[in-house]
Amino acid sequence: MNPAKAISSLSWRRGWVAVMSLLGLPAVWFGGLYLAAIGAMFVTSFWTVDSLSGQLIPGFSLVNFQSLLSGHVYIRIAERTIFIAAAVTITDVILAWPVAYAMVRLAGPRLRAAMMAAVMIPLWSSYLARVYAWRLILSHDGVLNWALSAIGLPNAHIGYSNWAMWIVFSYLWLPFMILPVSAAVERIPPSLLEASADLGARGLATFRRVMVPMALPGMVAGAISTFSLTLGDYVTPMLVGGRGSDFIGNVVYSNVGVTNNIPFAAAYAVLPLCVMGVFLLVARKLGAFDAL
Amino acid sequence: MKEAFKKKFTRFTLCLSIALPMAQGAAAMEPLQSIGKGEGVLNVVAWEGYAQDQWVKPFEQATGCQVNAKYAGSSDEMVALMRSGGGDQYDVVSASGDATLRLIYGHNVQPINIALIPAWKDFIPQLKSPDFNTVAGVHYGVSYEWGPNTLLYNTKVFPTAPTSWSVIYDAKYKGKITVPDNPIQIADAALYLSKTDPSLGITDPYELNQTQMNAAVKLLKGQAKLIKKYWALASDEIQLFTSGDAVVGAAWPYQTNTLQAAHVPVAETIPQEGATGWADTWMISAKAKHPNCAYMWINWVTTPKVQAEQAIYFGETPANTLACKEMDKIQPGSCEQYHANAPASYFDQIKFWKTPLSACGNGKNDCLDYTVWQREWQAIKG
Repeated sequence: MNPAKAISSLSWRRGWVAVMSLLGLPAVWFGGLYLAAIGAMFVTSFWTVDSLSGQLIPGFSLVNFQSLLSGHVYIRIAERTIFIAAAVTITDVILAWPVAYAMVRLAGPRLRAAMMAAVMIPLWSSYLARVYAWRLILSHDGVLNWALSAIGLPNAHIGYSNWAMWIVFSYLWLPFMILPVSAAVERIPPSLLEASADLGARGLATFRRVMVPMALPGMVAGAISTFSLTLGDYVTPMLVGGRGSDFIGNVVYSNVGVTNNIPFAAAYAVLPLCVMGVFLLVARKLGAFDAL
Repeated sequence: MKEAFKKKFTRFTLCLSIALPMAQGAAAMEPLQSIGKGEGVLNVVAWEGYAQDQWVKPFEQATGCQVNAKYAGSSDEMVALMRSGGGDQYDVVSASGDATLRLIYGHNVQPINIALIPAWKDFIPQLKSPDFNTVAGVHYGVSYEWGPNTLLYNTKVFPTAPTSWSVIYDAKYKGKITVPDNPIQIADAALYLSKTDPSLGITDPYELNQTQMNAAVKLLKGQAKLIKKYWALASDEIQLFTSGDAVVGAAWPYQTNTLQAAHVPVAETIPQEGATGWADTWMISAKAKHPNCAYMWINWVTTPKVQAEQAIYFGETPANTLACKEMDKIQPGSCEQYHANAPASYFDQIKFWKTPLSACGNGKNDCLDYTVWQREWQAIKG
């Protein structure tokens, strides 16, 4: 019997061998690298650092969490991060619906392919290049103000501000919302829409009472992407944010790369982990994972 | 009770771990006795503008040491970089006076054998063994260049130079001001307050007690509402002034030179309150993998010619007194312009960056250390 055959018959007789051989590597990756890294971060968050020599002092101390909770700075930064992540998610849901609906229900096959390409193409270019492009658009002498003055409107002062961050984030993560929403809209059987119309529901009522509930898992799946991507970002706030635009990520970044206070950064990084945990629990309640 | 003991114990061990290395400081490591063959590579942590092709390329050709430069935007970042990855990732760093002591007491840099640096004897006396890079007679670095932090302004908005730092705290320029994203910026506010509010009794902007700190923080929190952006890299500020998003701010002469070269209408000034400034030191990592190249680099950049090139490029003043002639050769009048022949009194006017410690210079111990400065700065930025 050749070895390949031996393995295949063994895995037929003992089902768990097949399962183990397929899952072994991912399990090592997930347990050994992914969970271990989060575990290390969690443990480090209770350590402290010697301010003059910069040496880590292992131990158990709640001082990092105390300084996070005392004083309003870090709470305000967390609130800002979560608020903008939520605003971006809602904006993207609103923007994604017409695009997804037109793409799936209205467009012919050719236009549909073209629209799909148009949604995906920005993802092929560098994230940084796109953020810098927005910086040029929104700056004082940028395209936006040039266009505004060309039609006789006063200048907008939204370069380097939270508004700029909101716009740029909404733009950056929009494809991640359009794709799941259009997939969800596609799965709604047309017969249900017709049935709704037969029962006397107008367009808006059908949208509200049939389409939205049925596409909810798609929206929530998209929201997981847009919300978590915004929550963890620090580059966009650094480049297009203004004064008072720091995110959790910026504080983590400056504590690791600038201040060398890794335990404090770890403690603060535990927060988005908790926020995402709550978010995913709610998402599960809403049925986001039913289609998996 | 237990908690209080723990706190005390932690404080005690903390004190020990700070005090011990201070006591040992010098005995930690023997400096290099002679410069051997180059290792072929040199990894550099530097300020923007400190590793220009103009002098790096000839250095690489002359010594065979390939230079990899990593730019840092603040002293904090430099210290973090020198400590990252066990401390052997980088060989040399152009540390300012507010980073040098942290690197020395953190055992991140090695003693320098000053006999191997021939240009040192030509340095201005204040920079031969300054207390920010020489501890108990042991050199931990070689001085490089120095200069003031300046007030940068758009000449269309300010036809005549502002005479006071008050313009960067003035609501008239709301949304058009930019200052560095750096805790040491608190010292700029303290320097301003030391002149405008003498009742606070600020004598040294780096030695602030709680009352003085509160006043500075109050001033800076008011300023935060007027700020367009806190700049992290010099190139950020250059873009803000180019696009017109900022018209006045705290800067280095490097930004002025770059902007003027691009014909942006800007100029710089040192207002009547005086200025903070930097005095930079090249230091070698305690775990440098390429110590020979590191010494060759320090010797290269302290030669009068490179000192002059660096001074003119960045807009600062060389430590080597022989650089004056070279500067005038490259750009007539530049020796005078960048104060390379200025009397000692000019040097003494500038409040050079240093690490804030809890021990004040006046023997009191109620000053706030740098951890507090960092925390306050985060609170100011919000």
